Amino acid sequence: MLRFSTFLTKNHSCWVMMQKSGHGLSLRAYAASSAQPAPKSSTENARETKKEKKAFVTNSFVMNLFNGQLKSDQVFPFPEVLNQEQQETLQMLTDPTAKFFEEVNDPLKNDLIEKVEDNTMEGLREMGAFGMQVPQDLGGVGLNNTQYARLVEVVGKHDLGVGITLGAHQSIGFKGILLYGNEAQKKKYLPPLASGELIAAYCLTEPESGSDAASIKTRAVLSEDETHYILNGGKIWISNGGLAEIFTVFAKTPVKIPSGEVKEKITAFIVERGFGGVTNGPPEKKMGIKASNTAEVHFEDVKVPVENVLGEVGEGFKVAMNILNNGRFGMAAALSGTMRFAIEKATEHAVNRTQFGNKISTYGSIQEKLARMAMAHYITESMAYMVSGNMDRGFVDFQLEAAISKIYASEAAWFVVDEAIQILGGMGFMRDTGLERVLRDLRIFRIFEGANDILRLFVALTGLQYAGGHLKELQKAMKNPAANLGLILDEGAKRMKRVVGLNNGSFLTPYVHSDLAESASKVNKTIEQFGVSVENLLMKYGKNIVHEQFLLNRLANSAIDIYSMVTVLSRASRSLQQHLSSAEYEHNLTSVICSEGYERVQLNLNSLKTSEKLKNFEKMSKISQDLCKHGGLVQQHPLGF
Amino acid sequence: MAMRVLVGCKRVIDYAVKIRVKPDKTGVVTEGVKHSLNPFDEIAVEEAVRLKEKKLASEVIAVSCGPPPCQETLRTALAMGVDRGIHVEIGGKDYETLQPIHVSKILAKLAQEEKVDLIILGKQAIDDDANQTAQMTAAVLDWPQGVFASKIEKMDGTLKIQREVDGGVEYVEAKLPAVISSDLRLNEPRYATLPNIMKAKKKQIAKKSISDLGVDITPRVEVLTVEDPPVREAGAKVESVEELLTKLKDLGRI
Repeated sequence: MLRFSTFLTKNHSCWVMMQKSGHGLSLRAYAASSAQPAPKSSTENARETKKEKKAFVTNSFVMNLFNGQLKSDQVFPFPEVLNQEQQETLQMLTDPTAKFFEEVNDPLKNDLIEKVEDNTMEGLREMGAFGMQVPQDLGGVGLNNTQYARLVEVVGKHDLGVGITLGAHQSIGFKGILLYGNEAQKKKYLPPLASGELIAAYCLTEPESGSDAASIKTRAVLSEDETHYILNGGKIWISNGGLAEIFTVFAKTPVKIPSGEVKEKITAFIVERGFGGVTNGPPEKKMGIKASNTAEVHFEDVKVPVENVLGEVGEGFKVAMNILNNGRFGMAAALSGTMRFAIEKATEHAVNRTQFGNKISTYGSIQEKLARMAMAHYITESMAYMVSGNMDRGFVDFQLEAAISKIYASEAAWFVVDEAIQILGGMGFMRDTGLERVLRDLRIFRIFEGANDILRLFVALTGLQYAGGHLKELQKAMKNPAANLGLILDEGAKRMKRVVGLNNGSFLTPYVHSDLAESASKVNKTIEQFGVSVENLLMKYGKNIVHEQFLLNRLANSAIDIYSMVTVLSRASRSLQQHLSSAEYEHNLTSVICSEGYERVQLNLNSLKTSEKLKNFEKMSKISQDLCKHGGLVQQHPLGF
Repeated sequence: MAMRVLVGCKRVIDYAVKIRVKPDKTGVVTEGVKHSLNPFDEIAVEEAVRLKEKKLASEVIAVSCGPPPCQETLRTALAMGVDRGIHVEIGGKDYETLQPIHVSKILAKLAQEEKVDLIILGKQAIDDDANQTAQMTAAVLDWPQGVFASKIEKMDGTLKIQREVDGGVEYVEAKLPAVISSDLRLNEPRYATLPNIMKAKKKQIAKKSISDLGVDITPRVEVLTVEDPPVREAGAKVESVEELLTKLKDLGRI
């Protein structure tokens, strides 16, 4: 059973808290919270909950989608955040990075010896690859998110095992110090971390606490003299766990809440291996990303000085979620590099391989595969740079878009590499071709840093909560119509337009290139239909919607499709406006993406209300219950034994 | 005494790019094509930087002649450890007809202005494969030269240069100041690291024009036509050695 404890009660900072989600299959499967880097003090939070204030307003495209509205700020035009100098710098950085991976790093060797080769590690240190986003005055390269995304893309193209080693270090391992650290903490820890002299790890997951991150058992108790905390507990599946010297550790601490009561709340700590009492297990044997070190980390009576609390005491959950939230775009960027590699391999094979007297690239079966791979990549790449661009523009409400980019990228990459292997046939299955390793490496991306299943619920529920807040406001306004006439007329007009179909094609028209008008009008329809579906769901299920995962998943899938379509519409429009040589090609990609996406959204949204579909969901629920009761399949074997 | 070193940095089409001839056959397509630092010049830069790291050189100055994007090429050298850059801006028609004779005069002039003790150049550029600039520069300056160096050692006031020649290794000693050209095996250039690339942005690149230097760059050579290499004709398959021999005999090859 699931419990979403904060649903429809607080307006903002919603995190989806799930109780006992199952069997802890995921490595690190957390949802995200709001994206503000600066933590709010507990008093501020208390004030916020007391005040029954107006519905929270955001410019997030996906969030507003749940309100049936198009907020264009964060999707049109396609963000261009790099000035000429930043662009030039980035170009200068990209070449040597690519060269390093082509000439020094050996992904198959790393996979075989299950570690990043020593000379590669040393080279990466010299390269400065361990501190790409650390400010220059603290020894890093000082890149913004978009620049970081571009370099991570290079890493993802060549070796995801190295990618995770680097990512576990800087994207999550010490990201907390960058986002929440005070001056002293930054000065002390960032320089040796940026140089790669010290490696960092992010420690949240525990044996009993996977997707349900709030249920961790590791505890830290303040010493009597109040100079340090005593930390005890065990973390599992920690990337870089065996290499790291610096750990960002999340632990429960007793915190006095304003009522005077003492509650167990999560606090984040910077823990040095040198504090004593920190040990790790042997490297785990894994399916993929073997080069990256994954290990258990144990803390036994570790004395952590009070100055090593990261952020505020009791605010650790927010720290944990925000770190992940700020790192997700990197995954989309890395995986778009991975897909680029697979697509290059597949096209190279397709144009050279002759079967039945023709190059296989002339056959429709191969053509459809290549086209679908290109579309999946186009969406992923566009999402990665849209999210990173928005982060660099200073937007902080990108949590749903970041979550969608992680879901989409991890599934698209799996599809693309799988199809590349199919195109190469037996050759693709061979280790030396270099694709089977990538497929193994990719599997974890749908699981860790927020399992896609949890992130889908997170997208649906956060969006529904936002829409619910606005609906509630309308309901309240209706109680005193005279005083709230403006709001009611506004909302009324919005709904009227929908009914008479006046909105047809109008939302997106001003933003989308005229050549893409047909696609835009389809996407427009889906945006409206989505808003209606959300309203209907909220009216029918109220807060009980949290229990309807069959429906929530379909709602999330529609949101993912719509965000995909809008993202590529934005990018292709830019390419058309700028008369890029690839504009026509991108136009084709976008048309097909929108045409098929439109159909999928119809299917998904219809299934939210069609009685036959709803019955199917009930039946599937029953089937699953039967399976679980029987501990596996229920039917008799066709042979009777 | 530590030397002042000048290195040449030519911007060339990247080695991995497939070269295409312009439809009007006046040259090759350079627009929208990836360019990088000439690999032999990269070796020259590496050698100069190593001299500096061994405290044998006091300052390393990189020069590039050509259009504005040459500054990117200089940045690569600066990221590898060169102290400062000089960009001699030459564009349009002038650049198209620029030849080693002109560049050697530019380099000679700069060497005198900067009072350098050593010039290290790549033995050739991978675009025109001229293999002339170092030799000509030495001639213009009337300095000793050590070309195709595969190892250099600084002695007192002289350089000991190892050269790979047919049949073995030759050692020459040259008095400073001198001109060296780098062979492939002189060293393995380092990767420009990300922090050093960022630092290189702050290093100075001085811009100079041809008129500043007073060098005559009137064309001496006229390019008549640039053609693709002839496409190799398809061969024929034979079933056996006997058949091969018969065919070769028929063709009068054996």
